Amino acid sequence: MKVELRVNGQNRLADVEPRKTLLDTLRENLLLNGVHAGCEHGVCGACTVLVDGEAVRSCLMFAVQADGYDITTIEGLAPAPGELSVLQDAFCETHGLQCGYCTPGMILAAHALLQHNLEPTREDIVEAISGNICRCTGYGQIIEAVQFAADRLRKANTPRIVAELE
Amino acid sequence: MKPAPFDYIRPDSLAETCALLAGDEDARVIAGGQTLVPMLAMRLARPAKLIDILRLPELAGIREQSGVVIVGATTRQAQAERDPVIRASVPMLALVLPWVGHPPTRNRGTIGGSVAHADPAAEIPLVTVTLGAEIMLATPQGPASMPANDFFTGPMETAIRHGECISAIKFPVWPHRRVGAGFAEVSARRSDFAFVAAAAQVALDDQGRCLNVALGIGGVGDRPMRLDVGSLVGTMLDSASVIEAVNAGSADIDANSDLHASAAYRRRVARALCIRALEQARRNTSAKSAGSAR
Repeated sequence: MKVELRVNGQNRLADVEPRKTLLDTLRENLLLNGVHAGCEHGVCGACTVLVDGEAVRSCLMFAVQADGYDITTIEGLAPAPGELSVLQDAFCETHGLQCGYCTPGMILAAHALLQHNLEPTREDIVEAISGNICRCTGYGQIIEAVQFAADRLRKANTPRIVAELE
Repeated sequence: MKPAPFDYIRPDSLAETCALLAGDEDARVIAGGQTLVPMLAMRLARPAKLIDILRLPELAGIREQSGVVIVGATTRQAQAERDPVIRASVPMLALVLPWVGHPPTRNRGTIGGSVAHADPAAEIPLVTVTLGAEIMLATPQGPASMPANDFFTGPMETAIRHGECISAIKFPVWPHRRVGAGFAEVSARRSDFAFVAAAAQVALDDQGRCLNVALGIGGVGDRPMRLDVGSLVGTMLDSASVIEAVNAGSADIDANSDLHASAAYRRRVARALCIRALEQARRNTSAKSAGSAR
């Protein structure tokens, strides 16, 4: 089946079997390898992407279901080639990653949180990344990274529109 | 972890959906897919056709009318969790939704999908049975409905027939001024399916006397169960009355044993969680809304 996907602001065409997940389509057809394949059945969160701005597991969605949505992968977060988003930079700064396998999913889940809440409590952050497993046991620094990014974004000079989820 | 091949169809109407389902024994409905896709990936399910109902406009949305809140089958769990109508009018549902999966699965997972899968430990089916909700169905003969208590027939088994599809869930709205809900569960980790869960909703008069009460448990037997604690009506929900009513109401419940917990453990925990849920429900009546989830 032919499917037209909007990924990181660009329209992309893919010819896929209906059984092909959005995860495999992003990786194999569109070569967006920042989307990581972990458990492939919805447990680990490594494959998290944003669908219309909300964190979603791309292994639990078929590509044929994904037309018409705005899909964002980790490749779509940086403002320009060679740069990092504030949140990505915060992960580096606080050592919020070790092996890096869970990192794209963690960052996208946290990004979705910060889109509508720039003053998250520790509980808000824990809840937002509760579906993402890190096996280097780096949760402490990951939470620190999100708090650090939220703090920087609050103090940023450029006004930021906080999206209303309601 | 790759599903077996299937055909994918996205019908334009509910009538077409029923016709497609009726025309093929091996066709299954997909909406949010948060339970079905893992089953496909593990090849526990191998449907020949997936009928995608997620974008049918008539199936989405939440509306309140004359004593009920009607939640469309494809309403996302995340949307229901944030909905002010559900928070104000069906406090028990509002209270359990943060316990359903994780934020990313709630962003895709639907209210109707959770009911259709009928996991005995799932929170949304527990609420439907405890509150006495109606499951609204689209059938080849037209709309139909069924009490939630008749809908769940066993673990992952429902009374839904070939060619039928859940269209909405109709939750009763309690008319009382002071209504509160409580919920407690025991699981291996948060967001995993519960070994035991208990949900309660109570209505009190101005003096704190109980006017109405509903109590149910999930994860204990083959399907969610409502327990009879009608003897609490007229009491102040003091702990002696609560303990006595819970003990009487849970005296002869069926409990399953498995790898995670023995039947005796489940019965014991069920009683403890029922008491906890009722006490939380009583405390939450002081607030106008559902109160906090944790």
